[in-house]
Amino acid sequence: MSAPQEPLFVARETFRRRRLMDAARLLPVLGLFLVLLPMMWPAPEGEAPRAAREGVYLFLVWFGLIIAAAVLARRLSAVLNGESGTASGEGEM
Amino acid sequence: MSVNLLVIACLAYVVFLFLVAFAVERQAERGRVRWLRSSLIYTLSLSVYCTAWTFYGAVGYAARSGLEFVTIYLGPTLVFVGWWLMLRKLVRIGKQQRVTSIADMISARYGKSNLIGVLVTLLCIVAATPYIALQLQSIALSFAAFTSELNGDGLSDRQDFFALWVAAGLALFTILFGTRNLDANEQHPGVVTAIAVEAVVKLLALIAVGVFVVWVVADGPGDILTRIDAAARPEWAIQPGRWIGLVFLAGVAIICLPRMFQVTVVENADERHLATASWAFPLYLFAISLFVLPIAVVGLELMPSGSNPDLFVLTLPLTLGQDGLAMLAFLGGFSAATSMVIVATIALATMVSNHLMVPLWLHFKKGPAGRRGDMRGLVLNSRRLAICLLLGLGYVYYAVTGGSAALAAIGLIAFVGVAQMLPALVGALFWRGANRIGAAIGLGAGFLIWLYALFLPSFGPGVFLSAQVMAEGPFGIGWLRPYALFGVTTLDPLLHALFWSLTLNTVAFVTGSLLGFPTPIERVQGAQFVNAFDIQAGARGWSQSAAEAEDLLAMAQRILGTAETQRFFQAHAAAQGKAGFLPDTTPQFLDAVERKLAGSVGAATAHAMIEQIVGRAIVSVEDLMAVASETAQIMEYSNQLEGKSAELERTARQLREANDMLTKLSVQKDAFLSQISHELRTPMTSIRAFSEILMDAEGMPPEDQVKYARIIHDETIRLTRLLDDLLDLSVLENGQVNLDIQEARLSDLIDRAILASNSVQPQRKFRIQRDSAAEQVKVETDTGRLSQVFINVLSNARKYCDADAPVMEISVARNEDMIEVDFADNGSGIPFEKQALIFEKFARLTDQMQAGGAGLGLAICREIMINLGGSIAYVPGQGGAVFRVSFPQVLARTEPDQGPVSERSAAE
Repeated sequence: MSAPQEPLFVARETFRRRRLMDAARLLPVLGLFLVLLPMMWPAPEGEAPRAAREGVYLFLVWFGLIIAAAVLARRLSAVLNGESGTASGEGEM
Repeated sequence: MSVNLLVIACLAYVVFLFLVAFAVERQAERGRVRWLRSSLIYTLSLSVYCTAWTFYGAVGYAARSGLEFVTIYLGPTLVFVGWWLMLRKLVRIGKQQRVTSIADMISARYGKSNLIGVLVTLLCIVAATPYIALQLQSIALSFAAFTSELNGDGLSDRQDFFALWVAAGLALFTILFGTRNLDANEQHPGVVTAIAVEAVVKLLALIAVGVFVVWVVADGPGDILTRIDAAARPEWAIQPGRWIGLVFLAGVAIICLPRMFQVTVVENADERHLATASWAFPLYLFAISLFVLPIAVVGLELMPSGSNPDLFVLTLPLTLGQDGLAMLAFLGGFSAATSMVIVATIALATMVSNHLMVPLWLHFKKGPAGRRGDMRGLVLNSRRLAICLLLGLGYVYYAVTGGSAALAAIGLIAFVGVAQMLPALVGALFWRGANRIGAAIGLGAGFLIWLYALFLPSFGPGVFLSAQVMAEGPFGIGWLRPYALFGVTTLDPLLHALFWSLTLNTVAFVTGSLLGFPTPIERVQGAQFVNAFDIQAGARGWSQSAAEAEDLLAMAQRILGTAETQRFFQAHAAAQGKAGFLPDTTPQFLDAVERKLAGSVGAATAHAMIEQIVGRAIVSVEDLMAVASETAQIMEYSNQLEGKSAELERTARQLREANDMLTKLSVQKDAFLSQISHELRTPMTSIRAFSEILMDAEGMPPEDQVKYARIIHDETIRLTRLLDDLLDLSVLENGQVNLDIQEARLSDLIDRAILASNSVQPQRKFRIQRDSAAEQVKVETDTGRLSQVFINVLSNARKYCDADAPVMEISVARNEDMIEVDFADNGSGIPFEKQALIFEKFARLTDQMQAGGAGLGLAICREIMINLGGSIAYVPGQGGAVFRVSFPQVLARTEPDQGPVSERSAAE
């Protein structure tokens, strides 16, 4: 009466795909960290902040996130396609 | 440029949008919707996030607070970049459950409870109405800015008039394309495409102004960066609290805003579009934010002080004489405002009609539920009414508070309002334990705190809350001051309200969920939501019922339309193997109907409507167990298969063992046959030889004759004994033995047996250890037969015990009614592989004839013991050979033929 269980180790391709999903889950965490970073930069007391520098930094981070998300999405779409290809997808285990 | 030209341009643009929407709807009706359902359109439609508040307000925000405005776009960027975590699940569930709005989603999860639906709907209306008013205001303001630039006078009555016309036009557009039909999935391709076109217009407009500012007014990016640093003020510094709070708030808003839910989840045609949107939508936000700060900085530089920075996008080109660019900017702002209003009213109208109007109508029309009459008309009309009401509400709100500075902040205030849905929504997706009690009190608590601590005070002192309450708290209770609840004064009002409302909301939600107990439907739905990626087949909420398929057909027709419904019913009937239009009302079918209806009127209403026909919510624990068992059946089945194969393996093993034994027995039997022939032949030979001698015994001395005659006599005795044994065994085996039951003392029986067995190999001296106290039991059985067994066992010991100083230990034990007599010698015992064979007929431990028997002794013993209701067994692992003879102390006098026979056959 042993319940069916997932194999402990998977093929290389599956392994890569799972790490890809991990990366997709972690990307917003990285993004949040980078976005929150400027607020820890010292602001000159009573003076105007260096808005240009902060702005350039934020927009660069922003663009980097977009590129990373695009790369991940491109490869994760393959996973989604595969899912719809097997009709019932992850359901059958 | 005249006012008329502006109005004409506006009208032309609106007509263009109408045509686009109309053409797309036509195409969709013909089924050519593929390109309309592309990920590009999906991404562009998401841009309803960028309202007029973004288009005009972001520049104003940047002019006042520097970079803080990007938080409003960074939050959504992070949510979309992390689509794999939450949005994907949201979209998947939205499709599985045919969700029509965020209120529907939350109510579906919490047991299709309409109370939750109503709560969420009210919350959304309260939060969205000022937001809609803000859009109308921005259109009116931009119109006024244009006209005052042209005419140089204030036109407040004309701008209000313009706003009214805009509201009316929007209502018309939304009604035309948002409530054309009751689509099964609540999708509106015409509207979505028009929104996408508007998304392009507003992006192009803002970028055009940005490019103009950066490369025409300034000398390119480098110059702009120096200007930014020059324009920076101390209040531009990033404030950590607000920074974190606003990133979080915007991230929540992109999920919870009703209009965002509408375009992200409800209008989603394909999950893969979300993958594209995960980077393309952030890219859109990036592009629309890129020029905000440059425009703000240049505006601050060039525009006269005191001019409204919220309108820099429009007034900057106007001041610099770029009328064409200004017109584009105006249309961009117009697009931003109208697209938000359209989507928001559609989303809200769906909620209002599904959660307020239709349930009320159902409530007041109890009974046979009005068999005639097209419910579709009712639902659509209720939506149209809701659209008019919402836009009217927005306009009234604008007209009453119009021009007040309070409106500028309303965007973030609305965000905090919709954020109250977050705990219930996250709980719905990830926590099976979340229940409707928790969701209801959480939402209620958050809603109230938001109203009290942020929304009502935002109208300014004296409108809803008096200045005294604001300053000293209600009834002078200081720790209930709206902006300083529980004495927290370190946060600004927005963060303060966000902090307290969400904290108490979450606490209430969790507490309610921990203490309350969910209904069966909730548990089913909870499992479906949380395990959305594992469960494919829907767990069902309906049991087999007496619901008439005909009633269902009549009811479904009123919502889905006749043709569509009949097609649907026919397909299901065919799937059940029935002809015609009326399938059996199986739970599966009821569930399918409910989902189909849910696509039009929402889960709660669909559930209530089916309930009207079926009679009651017939989910019982038994039904749930049946549902569960269905899934379990598959597992059960595979387990059974597994069990069966194990059983087969076991049987095969037993068969193999039996086969091995049979083979061994066959070999033994062959050996025995030759042996018994030999045994019979040996005495026969000597009998024949000596009888021949006696026949020719003319001159034989008489003593020789006597001697030979004795030999013949002895041999016949031996033969007879052998044949007796065989006969005895045969009698015992057939259960035909007559038992002579007597009472005797066990010690006497053993004494007699020892005495009798001494004749076997009398030269061997056995030391016999006995337990005379234990032997003093009276037994009532066939004492003769029992003695025969004892003798046999003792004789065997004498024959086979290979110890130099043989010892026989006889011990007696009582086990309930059974008496166990153990005969243990100190020899080397019987090897394991022979143990199974010793009680078989013809079995012999050694091939030699040393024992002199035919190998029937123990077989006979076994048969005797079975006949006496007991057994004889070899006890392994005791050092020497140990035979345990057990038998009932009192043998019941039964018919000799029956009891023992059945036992014997059972033993074989």
